[in-house]
Amino acid sequence: MPPQPGTPYLVVERVGKMFGDFVALEDVSLTIDAGEFVSFVGPSGCGKTTLLRAIAGLDPATSGRIIQAGKDITGLPTTQRDFGIVFQSYALFPNMTVEENIGYGLRGPLWPAARRKQRVAELIGLIGLGEHAKKYPAQMSGGQQQRVALARALASEPGLLLLDEPLSALDAIVRLHLRSEIRALQRRLGVTTIMVTHDQEEALSVSDRLVVMSKGRIEQIGTPEEIYRAPRTAFVANFIGRSSAFDAVVQPGGLVDAKGVRLEAASARTMTQGTAVRVLIRPEDVDVAAGVHGPQALVASIEYLGPVCRLSLDLGSLALTADIPSDRVHRDGLAEGSSVPVGIPPERVMVFPADG
Amino acid sequence: MADTLAAPLAPRLGPIPPVRIVASADEKRMRIGLWLATLFLLCALVLPLAMLFLRSFEGHDGEFVWLANYVSYVTTPALLSSIWNSVWTAAITAIIVVPTAFAFAYAIMRSCIPGKPLLRAIALVPVLAPSLLPALALIYLFGNQGMLRWLLGGGSIYGPGGIVTAQVFYTFPHAFLILSVALGMADARLYEAAEVLKASRSRILRTVTLPGARFGLVSASVVVFTLVVTDFGIPKVIGGSFNVLATDVYKQVVGLHNFNMGAVVGVVLLLPAVGAFLLERWAQGKQSGSLTGRAVPYVPKPRARRDVPLLVLCAIVAGLLLGIVGVAIWGSLIKFWPYNLSLTWANYDFARFDGSGWSSFWVSVRMATWTAVFGTTVVFVVAYILERGPKQGPLIGILRFFITIPLAVPGLVLGLAYILFFNDPLNPLTFLYGTLGILVLNSMTHFYTVCHLTAKTAIRQLDPEFEAVTASLRVPIWRTFLRVTVPICLPAILDILVYLFVNAMTTVSAVIFLYGPDTKPASVAVVQMDEAGQASAAAAMAVTILAATTMLKLCQVGVGGLVDRRTQAWRRR
Repeated sequence: MPPQPGTPYLVVERVGKMFGDFVALEDVSLTIDAGEFVSFVGPSGCGKTTLLRAIAGLDPATSGRIIQAGKDITGLPTTQRDFGIVFQSYALFPNMTVEENIGYGLRGPLWPAARRKQRVAELIGLIGLGEHAKKYPAQMSGGQQQRVALARALASEPGLLLLDEPLSALDAIVRLHLRSEIRALQRRLGVTTIMVTHDQEEALSVSDRLVVMSKGRIEQIGTPEEIYRAPRTAFVANFIGRSSAFDAVVQPGGLVDAKGVRLEAASARTMTQGTAVRVLIRPEDVDVAAGVHGPQALVASIEYLGPVCRLSLDLGSLALTADIPSDRVHRDGLAEGSSVPVGIPPERVMVFPADG
Repeated sequence: MADTLAAPLAPRLGPIPPVRIVASADEKRMRIGLWLATLFLLCALVLPLAMLFLRSFEGHDGEFVWLANYVSYVTTPALLSSIWNSVWTAAITAIIVVPTAFAFAYAIMRSCIPGKPLLRAIALVPVLAPSLLPALALIYLFGNQGMLRWLLGGGSIYGPGGIVTAQVFYTFPHAFLILSVALGMADARLYEAAEVLKASRSRILRTVTLPGARFGLVSASVVVFTLVVTDFGIPKVIGGSFNVLATDVYKQVVGLHNFNMGAVVGVVLLLPAVGAFLLERWAQGKQSGSLTGRAVPYVPKPRARRDVPLLVLCAIVAGLLLGIVGVAIWGSLIKFWPYNLSLTWANYDFARFDGSGWSSFWVSVRMATWTAVFGTTVVFVVAYILERGPKQGPLIGILRFFITIPLAVPGLVLGLAYILFFNDPLNPLTFLYGTLGILVLNSMTHFYTVCHLTAKTAIRQLDPEFEAVTASLRVPIWRTFLRVTVPICLPAILDILVYLFVNAMTTVSAVIFLYGPDTKPASVAVVQMDEAGQASAAAAMAVTILAATTMLKLCQVGVGGLVDRRTQAWRRR
């Protein structure tokens, strides 16, 4: 019986994981709803894969509880859990054909030969590899292999799909294509999905929600937009998206002072004067144009990226980057060495208390 | 579901409940496997060796005599001199073999000479024969009735000269194998860089080739040294009155029935072997990581000034290797060396020379077969569990350590440890003594480490997530083991099987103490017939062993091809 969409399906409660003396996960709690696509993101060593493996039972958690579909699975062996998993390396059995790989888990009284055959054919159709059914993994491209791994993971209709860096081994174009394909497939099947990735752009583009992790803890859980636009910590703001970052001190009247440069910041208005803070500004929030009201900055270099140009600006002693539409850069005659006024909307200046 | 979620799972700031981890059926089975493997090596290796140590401190009536045995050992000049004899013959052998094997391996791996597969095969032939075979051939040529005895002037082949010469033949393939692996790991980019920097050929050899192979050279020297120090067959047959450590053990135990002194010599014999083993491990550790996954394999280009001299050298070495084996074969077919050179099968009628007759050959075949079958199964399953099974627990470290020990224990020492252990009245396993079972157990244990390393390397090439995927598909792990791991590793499994069979067929030192009246192996029959003055029959038996191992090796090549076609189709793109 498939769980109702929107109801909690997987509950992680205060989970911890130790490897000897090393704390890999500390007091991690989160709830994932049925049918949701959630990504765990963070730099390497942040614990995202450890959390995934704890959910899978491959390296069970040492403390806390994990509840899947109402059942406490924290200490259960992998074989008694209900999930399908896809690894970065695909882990396809090289001596089995596509069909044999996909049908490998379809055994026992539930899967008589006829039903099994039908299911395998259905899955091969689902991933669009009909003509490759009899091929061995080595005879296929990386993207095709990853689709086979996906079909194998989904074969027995698990309640939960786990993806461990599924796209990292692929080249850029295949990666973009396959990620939207995975997302479409997940929507169609409605299977609750967790993806681990270090690629924040990938996470933003496919997920319903993101779990940003650092040093074995959860930094923030939220929709892609919440995470991008309203990061709760400097770490999240820095890790997700690009930004220029610098230290500053809160001044009266919602101002921050960074090495003598004063900027207006909406979120600094409620902060105590004299607080040391970390300020981050996204390049697309920085505007430079003749009409803009603001301090003058020097254009140190211009990087052409196609639709936009990335300008490195020297604002006093601060280094800022600004993404400006290429057409406008051309129209305004911006060049290296030119001086331009810089405008930053105060509500877009991200201010966080400085670390410890 | 609602109940579970509604209940407060844990007070927000209270202590976090620890997790009770339930082991899967697979994990329980693998843990049992670990226990069994540890128990096996405990009984087959560790306890016998411990017994050997204890006995070396015991007097005639089993009383503890501290170091008295050792004291009497070092104060016996004859025994002490054999240490020195062992060391210097081993050193000279290494000095001759390693550079020759290096040149040969260099020719095979880094030049463009023709006939490489054939030369390679010839270089490995001595591995298939008992170490006694080159010694017997040398006796045919230079012995008291030797055809070429006049070449020695007044000298005699019986003694250090004969030992070193025979050891050179016996150890050559081992050094060659190690060095060809070391030279095979060349990164073409280093050579291109050196050429672009206009380095001369000799400078490239000095600064790129030799440093790249230096740990291979250390490894090869150490292996040759250890093989010579611990070999028993060659000094027994051709050593004459020249005593070495290995023959001392034999004399103390078989000749004088002085087991405690035998144990002392055994412990002394362990020292160079353990030292060499540690040195080799150090070299191995340094070697790894020198070649990254991004390296470009080196492909030699023809160059006559290098290729022609190397070809000449290879031809000479191959000629000598084949010549020695050829002399042994020919000699075994001669009516009465060297006076009546007409051919005969009479020397193969072993019943005329030795009570066991042909049965000792079949004992060897049975023993080698059982060793290969049991050994391969145990080694591969244990290696799999260690690589892919439970990662925690004290047993794993202990078992890994046990597995490395056999490489450092000479066959003679292990054999001696076995008599002491399995003959002890308190041991419930004494029923094994004198049976084929103890020979199989001894051979399996003696050759365990190398087989384990082969299995480990093969298993490590498989994706580490196969087991995780298997568990997530709720398939028992043994199914993936049989369906995926074993088929993919089949070439390595065949290698292990053949390695065990060949070594069990040819070994003398591991079994010389352990055979019973009905279980005398062919290699022991060779020693005994030679001792009884039946050199031709001894050679004939050695040749019979060589024929059996060669046949199996050829089978492996044939079956290997077949197996490849049947099970490795997926490798082809």
